[in-house]
Amino acid sequence: MLDDGRYGLALGHVKIHSLRRRRFLRIAGTATACGALVSCGRQNTPWRFLTAAEGRTLAAICEQIVPTDQTPGAAWAGVVNFIDRQLMGPYRRQRDAYRTGLMEIDRASVSKFGKDFASLDAPQQTALLESLTGGAQRFFATAIAHTMQGYYGDPRHGGNRDAVSWRMLGVPVIPIRGRNRYEFPRQGA
Amino acid sequence: MALKHVNAVIVGAGAGGGVAAQQLAAGGLSVVLLERGKWYTASDCRKDDLRNQRTSVLGNNSGPDEERNPRVVVDLKGQERVVLPSQGAYSNNAACVGGGTFTYGAQAWRYQEKDFRMATTYGVPEGSTLRDWPISYAELEPYYERAEYEIGVSGDVSADPFHGPRRQPLPMPPLPVGREHGILKPAAQRLGLHPFDIPMLRNSVPYGGRPPCMQCRWCVGFACEVNAKCGTQNTAIPAALATGNCELRTGCMAREVLTDARGRATGVAYYDADDRLREQTADIVIVSSAAVESARLLLNSKSKMHPAGLGNRYDWVGRNLQGHTYTGAWGLFDFDTYDDIGPGASIAVCDYNHGNPGLIGGAMLANEFIRLPYQFVSAVPGGVPQWGRAHKDFMRQWYRRSIAIQGPTQEIPIAESRVEVDAKVKDFWGLPVARLSGGKHPKTMETSVRMAEKAEAWLKAAGAIRTWPKLAGKGTSGGQHQAGTCRMGDDPRVSVVDKYCRVHDHDNLYVIDGSVHVTNGGFNPVLTIMAIAYYAAERIVKSRKGRGV
Repeated sequence: MLDDGRYGLALGHVKIHSLRRRRFLRIAGTATACGALVSCGRQNTPWRFLTAAEGRTLAAICEQIVPTDQTPGAAWAGVVNFIDRQLMGPYRRQRDAYRTGLMEIDRASVSKFGKDFASLDAPQQTALLESLTGGAQRFFATAIAHTMQGYYGDPRHGGNRDAVSWRMLGVPVIPIRGRNRYEFPRQGA
Repeated sequence: MALKHVNAVIVGAGAGGGVAAQQLAAGGLSVVLLERGKWYTASDCRKDDLRNQRTSVLGNNSGPDEERNPRVVVDLKGQERVVLPSQGAYSNNAACVGGGTFTYGAQAWRYQEKDFRMATTYGVPEGSTLRDWPISYAELEPYYERAEYEIGVSGDVSADPFHGPRRQPLPMPPLPVGREHGILKPAAQRLGLHPFDIPMLRNSVPYGGRPPCMQCRWCVGFACEVNAKCGTQNTAIPAALATGNCELRTGCMAREVLTDARGRATGVAYYDADDRLREQTADIVIVSSAAVESARLLLNSKSKMHPAGLGNRYDWVGRNLQGHTYTGAWGLFDFDTYDDIGPGASIAVCDYNHGNPGLIGGAMLANEFIRLPYQFVSAVPGGVPQWGRAHKDFMRQWYRRSIAIQGPTQEIPIAESRVEVDAKVKDFWGLPVARLSGGKHPKTMETSVRMAEKAEAWLKAAGAIRTWPKLAGKGTSGGQHQAGTCRMGDDPRVSVVDKYCRVHDHDNLYVIDGSVHVTNGGFNPVLTIMAIAYYAAERIVKSRKGRGV
């Protein structure tokens, strides 16, 4: 009841008030995360948190949320990179949601169409996403919000490559005013 | 090592605490100003559309710390959950020197005369705790003027026939207007409304040693990089420090207000920047931590003599939590409305604050600040999907051709909307966290829906080809306009502080922030918070004269 799902935050974790206990939990949390990475074959994934297969599924989902038309879509814009990066920081409480949600969507895809999600054609992908229920549907809602952040948000966070969405909307990309606090993304970031 | 005793210790360096510190220090009192956050500059707070005080999906830019400061929120179904500062239900304002004034949109409204006597004007609706203020607009008017001149306000309210009497015009002219202003002004006039330039705590010309606004798109939610936005962090607090009488301590989290056996406040126990427990003794204690945290601090200050917390003999501390019920409308146009000229919000009408048949109060309506692209994502009307090709098309087609008008509907206070301290959840320092619960009075909801209709009508008159309302939920509000939890009143049985912001039963304990607002007007509250701080602080300084300070 106290766990809001979105953050996976349980009461016990915030009741902490001794520094020692906090440090221990932080270390324990990092160790768990590293364990997950190692067990998923860190060398074979270009991502920080996602496995290569998860990255492929997520890219297909993001591309459904913001598809390519006359303007590049979410996959080209680096939204997977954005989400993966945030999963190491502000989204870290949603790591389990991603791991489980991506698995469920692939599982639903296999049972319905006999292939994983990324291998479906676009209309099949749309149909599958529209048919989601329960936990998978909730995960998709999270993925929509995060994809919008990655596509329409500031390029410094690893998405919105070349400010593609801002160019599309007609927002001045190089602000004449306010540029002192403006930072362009690092190459490859 | 004991800390040196001072005349006054103030908890919270925001709008109220900053002004109070300056006034007391200038009046010769020795002051310690405690702030749990940091003193940021614009360089510390990048212009980041996903990480700021308005859109905090990747965190806040001016506090509080995400890991150390949870709250518990109880929703309308009675479900409770732990929330973090970046989550909407948290009702975050800020935690930094300047408080909300560091990143605010800076609208500088005076409440109207009727806003101080809502019960007399409208009667008390069933289920509400609607009351008049114990002070009037006229009593506060000189202090509004001081806030306008000492902190700095630009704008032009001369075309607004609804404001209370004022002796002086605003000290600075309005900023040059943008395209939306040009579209909305003649439309409002055609409707018989009275549009004018919003008063803003923002330099339009050099003022107070700081430059004018450069009209960038990064305004509300962001630190101003040219320091044109006037907050207490670049006005009152530096002035307080310049007197030599005020010491600002950042990173200091108040634990409790200390009292002696007679019930007098003796100081504040707090955790310093190194998380060591310290005690600052003082002749006077002033709580200025905003409506949620001020109530929490009083409730957490329990003793044998005050088992329910300070000022809480009649169980009013934390009740009547209110912010504003923001509603309005979107309009789409067949021409470009976007001009990239900030701050965006520039034109308002006050025709609907009062005098709406069948309603109690109302709202000022104004155009919205510049929307950054991500903020437009969720603006889609019914029928447009939330994702996919059609959503992208909508974004592309309408981002530059849309206007939003909205207003802060005055809320009818209810006792059930409240701040408590949670029995189980503690923060980093082991202090019980704030627990927010309650909802809104039905009259508030009714008014808010009608205000959305008014906004829609204005957009239509301006030539919008499609409009739709932005409505609000029934859950309790607080947020950056949080107020009401230590209401001011003459009768100690139904209020927390007296008309001078002094906690009943404690002649040296004050609350000076939005908590004391009996009602919160149909306006952004900050200028009223500042005016009350000038008013209450002046009284404190005067009452100490002749006692050798």
